[in-house]
Amino acid sequence: MSNSGNGDDKVAIRIRGLVNAFNGKVIHDHVDLDVMRGEVLGVVGGSGAGKSVLLRSIIGLNHPVSGSIKVFGIETADMDAEDLKGLQLRWGVLFQGGALFSSQTVAENIQVPLRRYTHMSQELMDEIAAMKLSLVGLPPDAAQKYPSELSGGMVKRAGLARALALDPELLFLDEPTSGLDPISANQFDGLVRSLQQSLGLTVFMVTHDIDSLRAITDRIAVLVNKKVKVGTIDTLVHDSDPWIHEYFSGARGRAALAGV
Amino acid sequence: MRNRPLAIPDETLADLRVERRQNILRLIPTGEWNVGQSPRLDLVTRAVRPDGARQADIDGSGVTELDSAGAWLLLRTKRELEQAGVQVRSFVLPQHYMPLVQTMEEEHIAPPVRHAVRPRGVVPFLEGTGRGTMHALGQGYAMLGFLGRVTVEAIEAVFAPRRELPLPAFVKQIEETGLTALPIVGLLAFLIGVVLAYQGADQLRRFGAEIFTVDLLGVGFLRELGGLVTAIIVAGRSGSAFTAFIGTMRVNEEVDAMETMGLNIAEVLVIPRVLGLVIALPLLTFYADVVGLIGGMVMCYFDLHITVPVFLRELQQAITFKTLLVGLIKAPVFAFLIGLVGCFEGLRVERNAESVGRLTTRSVVESIFLIITFDAGFSVLFSILGI
Repeated sequence: MSNSGNGDDKVAIRIRGLVNAFNGKVIHDHVDLDVMRGEVLGVVGGSGAGKSVLLRSIIGLNHPVSGSIKVFGIETADMDAEDLKGLQLRWGVLFQGGALFSSQTVAENIQVPLRRYTHMSQELMDEIAAMKLSLVGLPPDAAQKYPSELSGGMVKRAGLARALALDPELLFLDEPTSGLDPISANQFDGLVRSLQQSLGLTVFMVTHDIDSLRAITDRIAVLVNKKVKVGTIDTLVHDSDPWIHEYFSGARGRAALAGV
Repeated sequence: MRNRPLAIPDETLADLRVERRQNILRLIPTGEWNVGQSPRLDLVTRAVRPDGARQADIDGSGVTELDSAGAWLLLRTKRELEQAGVQVRSFVLPQHYMPLVQTMEEEHIAPPVRHAVRPRGVVPFLEGTGRGTMHALGQGYAMLGFLGRVTVEAIEAVFAPRRELPLPAFVKQIEETGLTALPIVGLLAFLIGVVLAYQGADQLRRFGAEIFTVDLLGVGFLRELGGLVTAIIVAGRSGSAFTAFIGTMRVNEEVDAMETMGLNIAEVLVIPRVLGLVIALPLLTFYADVVGLIGGMVMCYFDLHITVPVFLRELQQAITFKTLLVGLIKAPVFAFLIGLVGCFEGLRVERNAESVGRLTTRSVVESIFLIITFDAGFSVLFSILGI
């Protein structure tokens, strides 16, 4: 894309010395992490390891104690959501529960960012909404439904369609496949991968789903002992840390790897 | 380096050149075909007409940026030309954008989103009125059912408890609805006392009957105003809190979880709140009566120079214990109404944020409506009984 921030053009997100603590309990202790442009990075870690906090810190919903987070070269760590408008155009976020606005239909949900940031005609917005719906594999009649009328998998797809409304360069997914059956989860993985390839997205994906990790991530960041370790499944399986070792070589991990 | 500004720019960064050679239409899109440019490109592409052309070429090799909005506009143009009977011979784009266009060409054939339109006119209006009436009747019926259930459960809980009353929950409700309401109820009662004394004094002074301001205050406050004001404040404060709290529990499926564990919703959620309020509201009303009279007394001293001993002597002659009792007897009824409506509406919340808001509003409006209606009923009843 022609719009790049200052700094290294190959790096989408650069985190340096990130410290997060709540009520004196340290969650992240000087975490460093780079997310490259065009890659799918999976983020894993035990419950309470601070995966979601990391995501929320990057998108400006959580203020870290110290450290620097640069997204496309723009510092986000000490900014409020209000100050991040320039960046908000360039990223899309799929929250864990979908976070669809319950008083609006799916089509209206998708059109919220379009309405906010562009001067499109209603006609074009309706066309774009229909296109996004078919991109995420939802039937056309889902457009007029309210979030409460959708199944869990459909909510996630609709949330993804909304996250993609402005064609962001960077996509944040918070446990996109949690709560989906394995078949839907596989479909969702395939969807993310194909969108990522055709739209050239950078994807930052928090997940617990080892099948997803295997299927669509280029690299994996593991949050363990307040630090982060980055690698691929093949390298992490030999890691010396017992938690990481167990995570990737445990029964579930093996089953997933065997299915390659 | 250029950061994207606040909103997507209106400046022209993309264009569509249209060339015609005999029967061949040549469309040459250039520049940044992205979502920011799409409002303008939308108009530009819609303006393309075949005008007798038989064949068309789309040469997008000059496109420097393409996202799905831009790709859609190109694709739509191509499809519209094809529908008009024009043969699109080539559709060229830089190689790295082809996956996107291919995905869209294969996946997306759906028509634009249609929005449901709200019908207008006489018939839909009548239909809406009818539905509204039936809904209100159904609501009343359901509330009567709930009233019966809560009454039976409350009587059982007090007189024949299957288990001990959940005392901590009960006490907590008294604290939350009663103790923490003391400042606001006190302040408002004091101010109303002041206003009542001031207005009363102003009128009665014309007849030289200033001293009867005390009677007005005593009877007015103890019989009517104290109880009414307190009940309305508590309806706004605690009735809404009941609905929002229980409603949020319903959104989180907590109520469903309780039911599957065999917990009795009425016993766990409703009874402590209703009974807590039935205890708290009469106490609050008594407190409001006292503070309101103090407010009036202060005003009488400054405005009419009625000293405290004189005020008290006059008050003693004006009111009896029965006056106080008539006011206080209404409080438990009001409390029951507030608690009942608050819990009832809370349990009717559906699993979305909008319904929490809607039912909380409705809960407050309904309880205040019922309070005032019942107060009027009490007035009629007392006058028939000659109290």
